[in-house]
Amino acid sequence: MMNGLDAPLQGFFIFMTDPIISSAPTSPLVEFHGVEFGYGSGRKILDGVSLQIERGKVTALMGASGGGKTTVLRLIGGQVKAQRGQVLLDGSDIGTLDQNGLYAARRRMGMLFQFGALFTDLSAFDNVAFPLRELTDLPESLIRDIVLMKLGAVGLRGARDLMPSELSGGMARRVALARAMALDPELMMYDEPFAGLDPISLGTSAQLIRQLNDTLGMTSIIVSHDLEETFKIADRVIILANGKIAAQGTPEEVRHSQDPLVHQFVNALADGPVKFHYPGTSVEEDFGSGISKTGTHG
Amino acid sequence: MSWLNPSDIGFASRSKLADLGYAARLFLRLLKLAGVSFKRFGLVRDQIHFLGNHSLLIITVSGLFVGFVLGLQGYYTLQRYGAAESLGLLVALSLVRELGPVVTALLFAGRAGTALTAEVGLMKRDEVLTYMEMSAIDPVSRILAPRFWGGVIAMPILTAVFSAVGILGGYVVGVLMIGVDGGAFWSQMQGGVDVWRDVGNGIVKSIVFGLAVSFIALFQGFEAQPTPEGVSRATTRTVVMGSLAVLGLDFLLTAMMFSI
Repeated sequence: MMNGLDAPLQGFFIFMTDPIISSAPTSPLVEFHGVEFGYGSGRKILDGVSLQIERGKVTALMGASGGGKTTVLRLIGGQVKAQRGQVLLDGSDIGTLDQNGLYAARRRMGMLFQFGALFTDLSAFDNVAFPLRELTDLPESLIRDIVLMKLGAVGLRGARDLMPSELSGGMARRVALARAMALDPELMMYDEPFAGLDPISLGTSAQLIRQLNDTLGMTSIIVSHDLEETFKIADRVIILANGKIAAQGTPEEVRHSQDPLVHQFVNALADGPVKFHYPGTSVEEDFGSGISKTGTHG
Repeated sequence: MSWLNPSDIGFASRSKLADLGYAARLFLRLLKLAGVSFKRFGLVRDQIHFLGNHSLLIITVSGLFVGFVLGLQGYYTLQRYGAAESLGLLVALSLVRELGPVVTALLFAGRAGTALTAEVGLMKRDEVLTYMEMSAIDPVSRILAPRFWGGVIAMPILTAVFSAVGILGGYVVGVLMIGVDGGAFWSQMQGGVDVWRDVGNGIVKSIVFGLAVSFIALFQGFEAQPTPEGVSRATTRTVVMGSLAVLGLDFLLTAMMFSI
């Protein structure tokens, strides 16, 4: 199944440094304790969420749009702070760190953005080299080798000289993945890695995420809407709804959950606890009373 | 929102003050980052090239035409008093003390300032700035500071080019076309323009305008709403606020320089 990816990864594996192994390998890498978060004075995006991201596993965060999945990533990265509760990375509270502490924590993470977030004025090679040049004092010859290995791991060693405008959406995201992995992070966060990909890129990306996780000993969090691909590669699935955790467990457990909301989500039903129609005035008010006899929604 | 409601007025003033404080802190940070920026001078040099060299055409052409007009208008006024030989002095003083720094800064806001705002605003929209934050690379020090100092260095150089070309334009019209004496044109200029009081003041002005316009452009891009509409509004604000800041600061600086 993964033979297309094996060859480049083996080459990559020989050169790579040992994955960072924490002093307490059994404890979860990320923990949320009763986290509450909302933007401004509006409704709460997260309302008392407690969850754990286990080391070495691929955890998928799923749920309807606007359900707080990306917010979870932002909380882990310390871009936003929880209004109540704690977000712990390897036991230390992200919310209490100062700028230097936060930057030190972020060096242990890599994040893949939905559209890659590549520098449009730099080639694929220079994009991947960027964090190495900015954050390390490595000589240029070593940077070259690392960049080519990382690009090789995502199958784009041959595309090193292309500019982002010459890359397809899927390729741009793979370059961004190589860049996110450049400093061998412990924790990789993927924000919608499958959105807008063709079936071939989608399959390869999913396998790549799984394989990188296993060969490099990383911990991965995937925020995604793509049920099929995500369920295939995830060890654990957490479904967020209405600011709370609606279900969590292995993909099989979640698939067979009795919760009506989870049932609607995993079976992709248009109507259920999440309404198809946005709340508003009734059909009668908009079209006159005669229309209600036709039995439309509303 | 009502302007009669005290709590609304209070809220609006508080948020404006907070914005102003944030802008002031960012400005101070950029000033403090001078050392870091100059240590990696390659980044600043690229920005001087991008902002300066690419503005050269509009600066030289404008300088030439402003010089032509000064030659014509200056001759018209001076010949009434029989002082047409002073045309060189008039053209040089007008350009070096006033028109050079001001017009260059206005053109710079329109040409390079908008480019800076759009570039940084689009970086924000494409999540490049968020990527940097998440990768522990400070976007203020890596993206904003080199652009800021590039702009501050480019402005006086562009001003010098503008004034020099303007003086040549005045020479072409005054001496070559109208027939003012060439020797008088240059010698009056040489005798009347003081290095410190006139040229020095012009340089100080151009540096202050460089600080103001570059900062406004970068701040607008950095704080732009990450949408196409947001970036377009930010670019417009750069031109409007940049131009007003240049004209306002010009009055302040001129008043201060007269009083010294």
